[in-house]
Amino acid sequence: MSTPSTFFGFRRENGRVGVRNFVAILPVDDISNAACEAVAKNIQGTIALPHAYGRLQFGEDLELHFRTMIGTGSNPNVAACIVIGIEPAWTQQIVDGIAKTGKPVAGFSIEQNGDIATIAAASRKAKEFVHQTSGLQREECDLSEIWVSAKCGESDTTTGLASCPAVGNLYDKLIPRGIYGVFGETSEITGAEHLCAARAATPEVGEKFMRTFQAYQDEVIEPYKTSDLSDSQPTKGNIEGGLTTIEEKAMGNLEKIGKQVSYIEVLGPAEAPEAGPGLYFMDSSSAAAECVTLMAAAGYVVHAFPTGQGNIVGNPIVPVVKLTGNPRTVRTMSEHIDVDVSGVIRREMTISDAGDALIKMVVATANGRLTAAEALGHKEFVMTKLYRSA
Amino acid sequence: MSIPHLLVHDNQDNVGVVVVEGLKAGTKMLCVVTEDNSDFSLVVNHDVPIGHKVALSDLSDNDTAIKYGQDIGRITAPVKKGDHVHTHNLKTKRW
Repeated sequence: MSTPSTFFGFRRENGRVGVRNFVAILPVDDISNAACEAVAKNIQGTIALPHAYGRLQFGEDLELHFRTMIGTGSNPNVAACIVIGIEPAWTQQIVDGIAKTGKPVAGFSIEQNGDIATIAAASRKAKEFVHQTSGLQREECDLSEIWVSAKCGESDTTTGLASCPAVGNLYDKLIPRGIYGVFGETSEITGAEHLCAARAATPEVGEKFMRTFQAYQDEVIEPYKTSDLSDSQPTKGNIEGGLTTIEEKAMGNLEKIGKQVSYIEVLGPAEAPEAGPGLYFMDSSSAAAECVTLMAAAGYVVHAFPTGQGNIVGNPIVPVVKLTGNPRTVRTMSEHIDVDVSGVIRREMTISDAGDALIKMVVATANGRLTAAEALGHKEFVMTKLYRSA
Repeated sequence: MSIPHLLVHDNQDNVGVVVVEGLKAGTKMLCVVTEDNSDFSLVVNHDVPIGHKVALSDLSDNDTAIKYGQDIGRITAPVKKGDHVHTHNLKTKRW
């Protein structure tokens, strides 16, 4: 198959290209969710992004909160953004961060106004943004302008045989064409960290990966574990699917980075890549919704999601393309699967064929095709929290 | 080539993955090594669900299970060639 060389996307003010055209209504904090949801009910063509946090966070955890909020509003799939918070200072900080992209953004705060007046004012502005952005036209863009993130979920042994290698094949073919890629799941590299370190573009980047990996072991696992982690890593679904150990799971996970490409930098959670086109590693949770949310906040516009037993995750602003190599999952959960690569385990399809099928679906998705997760209404927006609030 | 019952990632591996549903004990499996497309046959000793592993050789307590040519954990009970390998006889070395 020849890889398509272009797709049709929305060119934003800062030059980045989106594949969706949302007016997002973004709460700064948990208690502003109700106002955001009310605005999204009032004004068609908008989408509220409720979440659980944003109060009394401090230090690195607060920085991550701001980075995720600003990154989400800045994502090119978002055409315009309304920000609502309980008080004006943090609200403005997020508005200012998003405004750097040049896209329409406005903030509203609830104290001394109340929900009803805030909802009225924000709804009027949201309606204005809908009129301003809903007529925007897609334009032909080079394939290199699609930023594709990857994370797998409810893995089994077929993910290591078929669906993760298909993502790896996509990166082997498209990273040389100039796209941005990212993989992560720090905990799920356990057992394959030496192999992952060896895939860094330079020894310095490999050392940075090992420091990140070791910090996760030392700062998260060691202080908080109450038993061995065999009931969480692998998950019950992983075990049902035949994965026995974290090492085995990690080997399959790492198949997502293909055979040829190397990663050029290690990103913090939700950190935007700034070292140019190429593959990145992001320090991130392995929980599906958290990981996809962090990668979306870093600016990725399409997500490739290999699953074995059938993780059904979606994201409100980034289309999540599901692929599986497990014929039982294809049979029992077909409504969740965009790309069936089960032919790989029957030896009817090569890894390269599977990679081509995925590329074709990623391009179709970029052109506007709704993914299974989008059609089924999956909008999991889940912030990563590093520790308890103050 | 016929549809394989078992796939093996690497020639050094001592476990392979069942890739068909409803595999019954006593089945003579067609096994394919994905690394080089070589094949061999092996009789499976148990009913093994799709995705689960089968031992390619006899293994002893404390042996290392090898898949992808890599260490994936420690064998915790004697295993015969053709046996089902999972949480009852294989454990992580990490936690």
